[in-house]
Amino acid sequence: MDNIVCFRTHHLNPPWSLQSYLKVGGYSAWKRILVDKVPRQTILASIKASALRGRGGAGFPTGVKWGFIKAELPGQKYVVCNSDEGEPGTFKDREILLMNPHQVIEGMCIAAYVMSATVGYNYIRGEFWEPYQRFEAALEEAKKEGLLGNNIFGSGFDFHLHTHLGAGAYICGEETALIESLEGKKGFPRYKPPFPATYGLYGKPTTVNNTETFACVPVILEKGAEWFLKLGVPGNGGTKIFSISGHVNKPGNYEAPLGISFQELLKKAGGVRQGHALKAVIPGGSSVPVLPAEVASTLNMDYESLAKAGSLLGAGSIIVMDETTCMVKVLARIAHFYTQESCGQCTPCREGAGWLWRIVHRITQGQGSLKDIELLEDVANKIMGRTICALGDAAAMPVLSFIQHFREEFVYYVQHGKSVVYSQRTSRSRKFLDYSGEVGGFISFG
Amino acid sequence: MVNFEINDKQYSAPDGTLIIQVADREHIAIPRFCYHPKLSIVASCRMCLVEVAKSPKPLPACATPVAEGMKIWTHSPCACDAQKSVMEFLLINHPLDCPICDQGGECELQDQALEYGKDVSRFTEGKRSVKDLDIGPLIKTDMTRCIHCTRCVRFGTEIAGMRELGATGRGEHMEIGTFLEQTVDSEVSGNVIDLCPVGALTSKPFHHKGRAWELQQVASIAPHDCVGSHVYVHTLRGEVMRVVPRQEDSINEVWISDRDRFSYSGLKSPDRLLKPLIKKNNEWVETDWDLALQFTIKSLQAILEKEGGRSVGALVSPSATLEECYLAQKWLRGMGISSIDHRLHRMDFSCDSGGPSPCPTFGLALTELENADTILLIGSHPRTEQPLINHRLAKAARKGAQIIMVNPIQYDFNFKVAAELTPSGGQLLHPLLGIMNALLSQKNERPHFAWLTPFLKNTVSTPEEKQVAEWLGRGNKKVAIFLGLQAQAHWHASALQLVAEALALFCQASLGYLTEGANSVGAWVSGVLPDQGPGGISLSEGKGLNAHSMVKTPLPAYVLFGGVEPEFDLANTVAARRALSESAFVVAFSPFRGGMCEQYAKVMLPIAAYTETEGTFINGEGRWQSFNAANPPPGEARPGWEVLRALTALCGGPGSLYSRSEEVRDELKHIVQNVPSVTLPSLEQRFRRIEPILSESKEGLRVVTEWPIYRVDSLVRRSKPLQDTAASPLFRARLNPKTASLYSIKGENKMRIRREGEFECILPVAVDKKIPENTVHIASALEGGGNMGQQGAVQVFLESNKDA
Amino acid sequence: MGFVISQSEQEEIDRWLLKYPPHQKQSAVLPALKIVQEKNGGWLATEHLDAVADYLSLPKIAVYEVASFYSLFDLKPVGKHKIYVCTNVSCMLAGSETIVGYLERRLGIKMGETTQDGCFTLKEAECLAACGGAPAMQIDNTYYENLTPEKIESILAGLNG
Repeated sequence: MDNIVCFRTHHLNPPWSLQSYLKVGGYSAWKRILVDKVPRQTILASIKASALRGRGGAGFPTGVKWGFIKAELPGQKYVVCNSDEGEPGTFKDREILLMNPHQVIEGMCIAAYVMSATVGYNYIRGEFWEPYQRFEAALEEAKKEGLLGNNIFGSGFDFHLHTHLGAGAYICGEETALIESLEGKKGFPRYKPPFPATYGLYGKPTTVNNTETFACVPVILEKGAEWFLKLGVPGNGGTKIFSISGHVNKPGNYEAPLGISFQELLKKAGGVRQGHALKAVIPGGSSVPVLPAEVASTLNMDYESLAKAGSLLGAGSIIVMDETTCMVKVLARIAHFYTQESCGQCTPCREGAGWLWRIVHRITQGQGSLKDIELLEDVANKIMGRTICALGDAAAMPVLSFIQHFREEFVYYVQHGKSVVYSQRTSRSRKFLDYSGEVGGFISFG
Repeated sequence: MVNFEINDKQYSAPDGTLIIQVADREHIAIPRFCYHPKLSIVASCRMCLVEVAKSPKPLPACATPVAEGMKIWTHSPCACDAQKSVMEFLLINHPLDCPICDQGGECELQDQALEYGKDVSRFTEGKRSVKDLDIGPLIKTDMTRCIHCTRCVRFGTEIAGMRELGATGRGEHMEIGTFLEQTVDSEVSGNVIDLCPVGALTSKPFHHKGRAWELQQVASIAPHDCVGSHVYVHTLRGEVMRVVPRQEDSINEVWISDRDRFSYSGLKSPDRLLKPLIKKNNEWVETDWDLALQFTIKSLQAILEKEGGRSVGALVSPSATLEECYLAQKWLRGMGISSIDHRLHRMDFSCDSGGPSPCPTFGLALTELENADTILLIGSHPRTEQPLINHRLAKAARKGAQIIMVNPIQYDFNFKVAAELTPSGGQLLHPLLGIMNALLSQKNERPHFAWLTPFLKNTVSTPEEKQVAEWLGRGNKKVAIFLGLQAQAHWHASALQLVAEALALFCQASLGYLTEGANSVGAWVSGVLPDQGPGGISLSEGKGLNAHSMVKTPLPAYVLFGGVEPEFDLANTVAARRALSESAFVVAFSPFRGGMCEQYAKVMLPIAAYTETEGTFINGEGRWQSFNAANPPPGEARPGWEVLRALTALCGGPGSLYSRSEEVRDELKHIVQNVPSVTLPSLEQRFRRIEPILSESKEGLRVVTEWPIYRVDSLVRRSKPLQDTAASPLFRARLNPKTASLYSIKGENKMRIRREGEFECILPVAVDKKIPENTVHIASALEGGGNMGQQGAVQVFLESNKDA
Repeated sequence: MGFVISQSEQEEIDRWLLKYPPHQKQSAVLPALKIVQEKNGGWLATEHLDAVADYLSLPKIAVYEVASFYSLFDLKPVGKHKIYVCTNVSCMLAGSETIVGYLERRLGIKMGETTQDGCFTLKEAECLAACGGAPAMQIDNTYYENLTPEKIESILAGLNG
């Protein structure tokens, strides 16, 4: 049951060519739709029935989102693919773009057809030069094959798909910031409503979906909604690509059914590195609440189970931490990230994210006080739910969850001016260098 | 209409109304920073978060529309906690320098911090500081105080129509500013001072001059253009400290131009005339009012007796108050002086000769202007001439109006212009006739306008003119036509006016005049005209000379009223200088001395400047707007109307004892209400008066002059901050590259300009693509620019570089 | 105005412009800045920003805003190669501090600095989305993963200054 949706070309050589994609049945759904003139509503019904949920992090039902677009109304509409992958711990879209770009193209084509959009953009983050070139090459192949352009397969349907390159801004992963960026502006998320479905790119109805979401679409239409739905658990159709990083033996992307147990996934990734014990897991990218080992160990990886456990599936980005990890330092790094990536538009996030980081940073410098721990929680709570976009919550949630689950580590750091982990640590792995406490190398490179 | 609750009380409002709008209407306090009723909504400061039933999060009142059954709480624990949190975040990086901040006392952050802030900061990290850039002489920046509400940035995009300020950088490093050190040049830039809720953008001339709570506030009317913007004058111990806008949605909304905001600096000029002065043996001698007035009357009477009624010319400022205008013409006519005029920029009066001129109003209300479908502006650069009319035009353009410009040169507009016609040699009449011609053809109306035939004899409409004609002639659309300052100052002003009238008649358009000064309509109504009396009534006898004729051939004596400086203000400054220098007697009623006046005048009488006198201006809409004095005039200067009252009394004029200026105004109002309205001769008849232009040569170079934005009157010319802005042009002859090469002239050259028997002057050249061919564009009213004669045909020569 | 966008850069920008509706030239501002930056020493001076503004008919401040917002634009001189080292969580857990320390010592500069010979600028990157290959870095347009000091040595040697 692995590598059957997004990574279904992985076994071919090269996996990314049109040839390889056609071999696994690629573009058959697209061709059938065009030739048979499949009604939009039929496709939409399939997507809804498949329980495909947005793979970018929010998990919103894709079929419902597509249904917001009034395809029958005249006027330009757009489909946009969000390949601005940048949430720490997430690296699946890069692999999809590199290994199976045609499936994203086909997914976008089908989405465009459903929503009657004649133009689409794939917004690829600026750092992804190689994936950008790979995607451009795939576009050329698809155009040559007549899969894109005007009057595709004589259907009367036109679809023009372009890539757009970002230039380094995590916030552009937020769909309205992405739209602003695509319009050549700073990535400032828009206040909603209006939502992109009514006022999106250039003020026109627009649907923005994640790369992986689009990549799921062709398979659903090839093999049926039922098949896809049954891959996962109820309400969580399909497989999901889980990006596993941190203290595991085989970090990487693993395509597995939604609802898979955490233990099984961990096994796929080779388990926690030799001689160490699991301490904590961030199950959905750096912005979601961290879970201690005992909670994580019993998890099933689907949207509802994670929500019940007090966290979020997010983009399925699992950061594994073993007992040598200083949670204060990890939080400091995460807080720094959100300070750097706050767009600056609205007050709580602009001012609060940096405040949070400064407090945690001060603690790591041995300058903290017990009051700071309360202050951290209070400031985080004052950001939560009060910003234009979710970045404010993303900055606050790690702070609240790290303190909730590892308060004693913060207290220890404040009281002793150093990490509890550093004082406890007895063994060191050669592969994993100085990640925990000290600054400055203890290993000399000769 | 939807019904909803705020703080457990029932309200209703039209669908789509925002919570904050209802709260403002009902005087329910909701704190805010980024929200401003005249700007777009960004919902970014988060200060206005309120609790809404069924919403898990507090919602911004500025961006949330009310809905049926909605329950809103603005002061519940949830709302207050959100508001107080935001306040804390705003204050962590805000400096605590209120004692030295100009905004102190009128600071939205200070006020709201008092209610929503804490006594002690929990923020112990270092505060952010931001490097300040100098953005010009008007606005002082202190960007460390900035709270990133972006009102100033949105103002640039949405109101000023030019993006000069931006928010650069990201996150906590985001900074509001110009990014690079460069000046902010918008003609309405000062409004960001009022918009800024904190002390980040403050008035540079007002810097550390006073505290908001010490200032006295007097409502007034702005004195530099025909808009009649409402302002407040703020004074401290009798001195004007600043001028700020006063909201009047039907006129200036909440904005004023920089000219209206910063001209007050000129009030403190060292040039202020403080005592009556009489020239004796070429020396200025201080005297008292009695003597000065007696001397003035006697001198004028002597000349009048010897040389007759036409021997004295009176030039009255188009920004003099209604009361001054009325009393001036009353006194002058009482003395037997009939050459009275306020139309200083004008040189061609042929269409009005012998008959009445039309009252120079806008022809429609300002609020109607922004709803017009098609607007034709002839010889107009509203951005510098009437900045707030420009704002209305920009609004009209945004609503989809077709705006057409017929101008002597290309301008930078800050709104979408549908067509810009810039004929060569400043010959504005040609495209206008082209448009007229195309309209007549399109509508097959030629027979009804047969009298136009001779004027259209050689006219072939260009495709552009045909397009404009189509826009104008669409029917069923609201069309507005305006003659701007440059049309009125044009050598074919009469022809332009008549063709414009014909176009308006044909398209059922309104016809308006965008005039010089603050009170041209008032001057017309008061009878400050050579052949019309109060109420515009035509004088059957005692007609005088117009402003241009008064100086074209020198007269024995002149009366200058209201700070008129003919060497800057008249159409032909060469002739003006000569005429005044050669005259036997000049009396200047002015707030200022200095300049050429000291040479040609025999008497200088100190009158109050703007802010120092009560009075009335009639704006271009025809609105009578009275105002009080905000501070006393300096020294022995007296309000102009009082001086004129005294003069009338000394001359034994009838009924001349007014105790209050309102009596003067009411007397005039009574006259206006009881005279028949002005009837102009038929358009056909008046067209005959301009027949001589048919024989004029169309060839050759022509000089086109233009009064720069901050050179329009004696007060503005003395405002240092305005003179220091980038809008102060250099004395240059600007030429199209083609024309320049035709005369072998290059950018670094000097050029000699000559009109045979009239004037000759040498000035540096600037080559500029925006100038049409055969045009020499020169800014008037500049220091050292006095050698330029009137507009029109000239000869030019390359001046050898040896004295360059 | 010293700087003019070269013919070939203009053509490249024009190809991007074809992707957007005719009245949405601003959409090409990110690609245009990238093109001009890459062809002109890896950073954008005011004259470059102004030239892009002119070329796309935008107010200058609109370009300044964008150029100063996105982290891949450099507004100060940089080295021939830009090294972005990821130090975010997954890379940190895999020892990015050591990688940073090694690079700093090897190049004789601190984060954010440029080597004296103008060859390298060292920058901290936020997550590069290469967490599976942590620790990772990007040099110019290329990703390098599973870094070790030895690997860095051979990468730097391959770049030839």
